[in-house]
Amino acid sequence: MELDAALLSRLQFAFTVSFHIIFPSITIGLATLIAIWEGLWLKTGNPVYLQLAKFWIKPFAITFGMGVVSGIVLSYEFGTNFSEFSRITGAVLGPLMAYEVLTAFFLEAGFLGIMLFGWQRVGPKLHFMATVVVAVGTWISAFWIIAANSWMHTPAGHIIVDGVFQVQSWWQVVFNPSMPYRLAHMLLAAFITGTFVVLATSAWQLRHSEHKNMARKGLSMTLWLALILTPLQAYVGDLHGLNVKEHQPVKLAAMEGIWAEREAGAPLLLFAIPDRVAEKNHFEIGIPKLASLILTHDPDGELMGLKAVPADERPNVAVVFFSFRIMVGIGVLMILVAFTGAFLRWRGSLYQSRWFLTACSYLAPSGILAVLAGWYVVEVGRQPWLVYGLVRTIDVVSPLPAERVLFSLTLFVLTYSLLFGVYLYFMRKLIRKGPPPLEKLSQQLIGVKASGYAVALAKQIKPEQEQH
Amino acid sequence: MELQMGLPLFYFLLLGFAILMYVLLDGFDLGIGILYPWFNTDAEHDHLMRSISHVWDGNETWLVFGGVILFGAFPLAYASIASLLYLPIMLMLIGLIFRGVAFEYRFKSHTSKVWWNRAFAIGSSLAAFCQGLMLGVLVQGVDADSVASSSLQWLTPFSLFTGLAVMAGYALLGCTYLTMKSRGDIQQKAARYGQRLLLFVMLAMLLVSLFTLYQQPEIRERWFGGAHSLILMLLPLMAILAARLLYRDLGRVQRQFAAEAEISIRHESRPFWLAASLFLLAFAGLVAGLFPYLLPHQISFYAAAAPDSSLSFMLPGILIFLPLILAYTLWGYHIFRGKVEDYEEGY
Repeated sequence: MELDAALLSRLQFAFTVSFHIIFPSITIGLATLIAIWEGLWLKTGNPVYLQLAKFWIKPFAITFGMGVVSGIVLSYEFGTNFSEFSRITGAVLGPLMAYEVLTAFFLEAGFLGIMLFGWQRVGPKLHFMATVVVAVGTWISAFWIIAANSWMHTPAGHIIVDGVFQVQSWWQVVFNPSMPYRLAHMLLAAFITGTFVVLATSAWQLRHSEHKNMARKGLSMTLWLALILTPLQAYVGDLHGLNVKEHQPVKLAAMEGIWAEREAGAPLLLFAIPDRVAEKNHFEIGIPKLASLILTHDPDGELMGLKAVPADERPNVAVVFFSFRIMVGIGVLMILVAFTGAFLRWRGSLYQSRWFLTACSYLAPSGILAVLAGWYVVEVGRQPWLVYGLVRTIDVVSPLPAERVLFSLTLFVLTYSLLFGVYLYFMRKLIRKGPPPLEKLSQQLIGVKASGYAVALAKQIKPEQEQH
Repeated sequence: MELQMGLPLFYFLLLGFAILMYVLLDGFDLGIGILYPWFNTDAEHDHLMRSISHVWDGNETWLVFGGVILFGAFPLAYASIASLLYLPIMLMLIGLIFRGVAFEYRFKSHTSKVWWNRAFAIGSSLAAFCQGLMLGVLVQGVDADSVASSSLQWLTPFSLFTGLAVMAGYALLGCTYLTMKSRGDIQQKAARYGQRLLLFVMLAMLLVSLFTLYQQPEIRERWFGGAHSLILMLLPLMAILAARLLYRDLGRVQRQFAAEAEISIRHESRPFWLAASLFLLAFAGLVAGLFPYLLPHQISFYAAAAPDSSLSFMLPGILIFLPLILAYTLWGYHIFRGKVEDYEEGY
């Protein structure tokens, strides 16, 4: 079989970026939660909050580390595997990424050291500030990279001179038409991912009657968060979908599985098997007119279908179609869990409901799966374009010998598979180990530079112990 | 015209600054990874890891910064160099992955600790070696057509040698960092290894310089043609002076220890700064020879520069954030000042 360097480069990028996105999706949410807990601890003095922060900071640290090392790969892969793309879009995308490094990466890295290792070296307020800075750093980072990604979907603010992109308006480049929706959707997705990781772990701990105080607090908080965030996400996702309809109608047609050039009163397909060759769906199960109603607010509204563009301008319909259903399905499940949790809380049986806790504990990876599926919708749905309507992916791949890309792809598959196993192993180990006991927290915090801090903490914790 | 040349030049210098910062900062922590196999006990390994576990991430960010400045300010050079150096870059990234995760996993492992030790040592060495290899290519230059065809031309005895030389240089930086951050046996070991590495590094710098002067008439012309060569000559002279002082300081640390005297703080911490200035001088010499090229004799910085709209967009970000970054990075180092033993294990 002839090896295709272009295909291998694309596979490698898809593989490395998929692996990477898992970790920031968790850390954005988790950093924010840890900052909230640390802030609540400072405000209320309730040591359970400190215990939550201290417990989650370890999984956070290994997740963050995985994100860092897998992220560096991406910043070089544009040049190594997509050299022509880098040459023609570097003047647009490079500066956005430079801003990401300047305003986010250094910030996160600079304060992470203090957040992880500085408990004894700085006072509690300064430590809290470091945690907040790390959390905010993760949001800023998302802002810039989403701006760059969105520009590739809905390019704006540029001119093309001799085949090279130049910027006319940076405002239009950064706040391009799909950027606000994608940013809101992704940030919410990350908060939800972190929330469900904590929710599932807390449920698991309660189910096994471990660390009850901490687990109750964790479950209670994350269920409230889920109750607010998941319906909000459905709303934002809907807005994002309308934005796709306006700017990338072919992608939307693939998401909904619409083939006819124009279709009035399109059904919302729950299931179908799209067939690229026959240009139709098999085994359709759908709700009549609902897709038109959602997307045009008119049951007989017209939607553009895949046949409106030539076959070589259509994405891989099946991947987009199924990924979209997986994402939405998980989203619906999360909303159900959030409302069931609220109902059980109202009934007063939340912490005793074994079936609910068991169900919740399986949801730890739900956010990550939804994020991955969502990104496949977005990215596969843009194909065959790299910059929508302007640059075809296949035209801008580096002219590398196929064996060389195969070699690096093999290395990445081996390395990442190994590391993913290791990551899961250590996450499990840390979660099983549980939080440091309250007594030990006070010892840990007694450091050479922070005697006042330690004494204050010891005073807080003592009455708590006496209650037991 | 002034401004048109001014902005690309600014970014050329900024790129140089980013590379220098990376080499100095990640240099010492990669160096500690390279030195790792020469330390034996678990306690020593704990000490080595803990001396850098709070800073490695920030240090590595300079590598990303250098990459994106090249991408944003000189897209043509980024595209050509990255695809030309495909394999060394990929191997470097794999090396950085393994040594990076080793920080997190080693402290949480029991049975697998020995594997994380290996991942840290081999990953650090591989990353440093690949960087040296790339340096060799930049010094030596490549044929014009090899950029397009992405040949294996970068693999030469010379680039293999620079790979080893950079490993030795990083290890030297690591030794001087350990001299500053340790006491007792570890400090003595670091000082001793540092002296030997220094001799090798000076020899390597001499050989690389002679070979480059012999092989490349343009660089020979620049170094020996005209009055400015007198100023350039200061670079090797200052390097020799710095090396001599460094060797003496490392010797003093050992003698004071042997005499059971208090080791003076000056002699403990000055070696790091002397080793850093050696790197600075070598880097200045390199830039003096290669200017104005990003890829020797093929891509100059002004030919590769992005349009002014991109260069001026990044400018306020750099002028505002770079000083801030330097300030809080320095503050971070300040918080963890002193010997490693003096701060508690962590989170």
